[in-house]
Amino acid sequence: MNVIVCIKQVPQTTDVKINPQTNTLIREGVESIINPFDMYAIEEGVRIKEKYGANTTVITMGPPQAEEALREALSMGIDEAILISDRAYAGSDTWATSYTLANAIRKIGNFDLILCGKQASDGDTAQVGPGISSHLDIPQVTYVKRIQQIKDNIIRVERMMEEGYHVIESPLPCLLTVVKEINEPRLPSLKGMLRAKQAKITVWTQKELNLDPQHIGLSGSPTQVIKIFTPAPRAGGQILSGDPEEIAGKLLELLKSEIS
Amino acid sequence: MDYLLTDEERMIKDLAYKIAEEKIRPVAAKYDQTEEFPWEAMKVLAQSDLFGIFIPEEYGGMGLKVFPLCLVTEELSRACGGIAVCYAASALGTFPIILFGNEEQKKKYLPDLAGGKRLAAFALTEPEAGSDASAIKTTAKKEGNYYILNGLKHFITNGGEAEVYVVIAMTDKTKGARGASAFIVEKNTPGFSFGKKEDKLGIRASSTRELIFTDCKIPKENLLGKEGMGFIITMKTFDMSRPGVAAQAVGIAQGAFEIALRYAKQRQQFDKPISSFQGIQWMLADMATQIEAARALVYACAREIDNGIKDIAKDSAMAKMFASDVAMKVTTDAVQILGGYGYMRDYPIEKYMRDAKITQIYEGTNQIQRNIIALQLIKEMAK
Amino acid sequence: MPIKIIIEKCTGCSLCIKACPFDAIRILDKKASIDLNKCNLCGACVEACKLKAILLEKPQPIPLAKDIKDYKDIWVFIEQKNSKIQPVSYELLGKAQELAKKLSCQVVGVLLGYNLDDQLDELIWRGADSIILVDSEKLANFQDEPYTNVLVKLINKYKPEILLCGATAIGRALISRVAVKIKAGLTADCTGLDIDPERKILLQTRPAFGGNIMATIISPDYRPQMATVRHKVMQPMEPDKKRKGKVIREVFDNSSYTSRARLVEIIEEVESLVNLAEADIIVSGGRGMGRAENFRLLEELARVLGGAVGASRAAVDAGWMPYSHQIGQTGRTVSPKIYIACGISGQIQHLVGMQSSKIIVAINKDPFAPIFKVATYGIVGDLFQIVPALTKRFKELKAKGR
Repeated sequence: MNVIVCIKQVPQTTDVKINPQTNTLIREGVESIINPFDMYAIEEGVRIKEKYGANTTVITMGPPQAEEALREALSMGIDEAILISDRAYAGSDTWATSYTLANAIRKIGNFDLILCGKQASDGDTAQVGPGISSHLDIPQVTYVKRIQQIKDNIIRVERMMEEGYHVIESPLPCLLTVVKEINEPRLPSLKGMLRAKQAKITVWTQKELNLDPQHIGLSGSPTQVIKIFTPAPRAGGQILSGDPEEIAGKLLELLKSEIS
Repeated sequence: MDYLLTDEERMIKDLAYKIAEEKIRPVAAKYDQTEEFPWEAMKVLAQSDLFGIFIPEEYGGMGLKVFPLCLVTEELSRACGGIAVCYAASALGTFPIILFGNEEQKKKYLPDLAGGKRLAAFALTEPEAGSDASAIKTTAKKEGNYYILNGLKHFITNGGEAEVYVVIAMTDKTKGARGASAFIVEKNTPGFSFGKKEDKLGIRASSTRELIFTDCKIPKENLLGKEGMGFIITMKTFDMSRPGVAAQAVGIAQGAFEIALRYAKQRQQFDKPISSFQGIQWMLADMATQIEAARALVYACAREIDNGIKDIAKDSAMAKMFASDVAMKVTTDAVQILGGYGYMRDYPIEKYMRDAKITQIYEGTNQIQRNIIALQLIKEMAK
Repeated sequence: MPIKIIIEKCTGCSLCIKACPFDAIRILDKKASIDLNKCNLCGACVEACKLKAILLEKPQPIPLAKDIKDYKDIWVFIEQKNSKIQPVSYELLGKAQELAKKLSCQVVGVLLGYNLDDQLDELIWRGADSIILVDSEKLANFQDEPYTNVLVKLINKYKPEILLCGATAIGRALISRVAVKIKAGLTADCTGLDIDPERKILLQTRPAFGGNIMATIISPDYRPQMATVRHKVMQPMEPDKKRKGKVIREVFDNSSYTSRARLVEIIEEVESLVNLAEADIIVSGGRGMGRAENFRLLEELARVLGGAVGASRAAVDAGWMPYSHQIGQTGRTVSPKIYIACGISGQIQHLVGMQSSKIIVAINKDPFAPIFKVATYGIVGDLFQIVPALTKRFKELKAKGR
């Protein structure tokens, strides 16, 4: 079985600060990490490899420094890594990103299962995973919280919904996006880190992928960002004091009108 | 301060930092409260190959030495001194096998210890033999192909949880210190049982327990080195492990310092953060300087050992004594900076002060360390 | 190079640096220089430059097969579960009516499911001018592939100008798949929608970076302009029973309904009596709850208020609450009318999931807890005294109201 895990390198969101003078994001010194949801996808890939025997490949699209993210995935036990990197892909929205990733996956060929995190912590769109399966025209299951089994080329999973979950069976190949509940990602091992440090990472540029220029990068992206701004900070509130009974009374008065 | 770590050392330090922050800090308070053994954390350390870093490659380890072990112990101690000591104590129990084990013994025990599948412990202390190690009463009597152990060890770290114990016992009482020998004893050996588990001031995640030997019969192959080498083995083991205790002290101090610094910047009094008051500033400056000095001493000593420098008894005693005194001082000051909050169990800082105290006591009290240092100084003068 | 500095025009004034949200510009040798690895090609610097020294090669609109002028009306994908319309759909109909006035067009509800006839009036009363209904047993429950097939066919046939959908588990999976098939622009999880008065295009505003920044996004050259919209942000209309609308019934051949993936079973979890995403009031607990049993206090308060119970990551990781209740970056995003945070310190990862709530009440014994920075009402104290006192008071209030 061949498993492909798609990941994204994101800024560690907790560290994203806004410069109050210029009203811009301060990205300097912000550490890059693997998107937290993608860690669950990586872990699930490694677990499938351990349980069923599989060859695992991690891919990402991003600037050259995204290689770090790939090496981290290798240190957790993924077998191979591919970096898709080209200025031609800069400015891609979710449509163009999923187009590019889908075509890279086609180039890898012979895949059975694609795993993605539910969404990325910088963009929070949750659109790239389903976008990839749509481009590849394979079945998808989003928000997967458990893989029950993989047997006879059929995968059976639990998909988290608002009021419970759906049990879904899909033939392979298919694409899953996973939520936190699915597992607890392992930390890398020292031996894995040493192996990852020496591993060769395949880099694919537009030269290798040769994609339709109308579908990549800024010009292949239907959406455009026209404005970025800081939301008005929540006004610091009012502190209620007194003994518990008094406080409860005050709060009741304040909330009364909101409670039907 | 930049200690010019190699890529490999930096990798180990970063990994230990990650484990400490993600897997240990969140559970530190829980284990401090419940005194359960932190098996979950041990599993994480095992999975990350950290139990193997100081074990030779041919036995499944990473072939690195004492310095990387110190880096790991320090990082883990920043988050929890108790969980860190479970790790460091296993290293203490493993060193005698690395240093004095024969090929069979190494092959039998080291791979499992390197993989973290089993933990080790070192058993020397007895109720009446603390600093005066020559007063031990546990005996090992040879009978055919076996030794029969009788006696009681106490305050044994990892006691009850470890599966491999290195036990010091007298094979010939008439020879005093030269009559002691070291044995490998496995858990579940008939005649080997555990007594009371201690209720401790600090490092409460770790297990400290009595070992009871009642006609405990062990194969003669389990003798480490030769009969009579018990104290040499002990001394050489402590020479290797003392920088580890010192690193633990540095980590505890660093962890407490970071909390105090963050608090000082955040806590407002008289409409200003308390970090703007000189009284606090000077405390912080002293704390940071003391920690850095201790760290430099510990790293230098660990690197000496790894580079094969002999006669490091004095240096390793200095590192252990200084770092642990710093830990006690820094954690006490950290509690002071947090004021009333610092005294409360809801805040993580008082635990550091409780955890720090043991580092002045175990693996040779700081008074014994001073004896060692002084003795060496006088010896050097006589040369 | 899609973006460049015209060196001759640049004076190194650094206005562009201030405008760049991605910190991608530096002054080198007294001229601006753009780090393309950081640049997102957003164009903020182009607008900021008074000397017109930055050139962003706007993509040439690709000559589209579809003429965007043919596209009209606002569609709302109506989400149903168990043949019951989900509240977010009414919120979207309300918003769609507002937008439709600015475009002088109609609002169309698009409903896929089975046995839904009794729900159609309500949709019209609450804002649909007409309804496109695909009623088939095969569409009774949501499945990605048949729903995608049907929606794509409907869009190609009727050509809506705008398509809105709830940013629910279903909505996000379905619309992403549809957008790819028809090459349309899609913006996720919007919290603001408006019409540009001049260009008559949809302005879609959404949080990014966990709510630290907001972005306004357009999709001017592609149709329909598609957006998923966060729960509880838009206002539903009061039902107007005088409203009339026509219902168009569409039927497709069986091949459109086939699905490779198969829905085997639907498990409703008893613990989630109230759907967190739809709840008006959420009572949430964190590390300060101390143990699982203490969540009963919150459940009681939530029951009195008719709300749901949430939890922080710390409480979920400690095993006190199931993951389905987790709110925050790795859990759910909610925006209820009232969010009561009990014993939650308010790490940024948690705030991301709840800071768009209308009113935030924080109860914490640590006066420095960051949660107080976002709280509308902060209470420094022992939640184990305050929560029961609140429960008692609200119980009394409800009893009086009856």
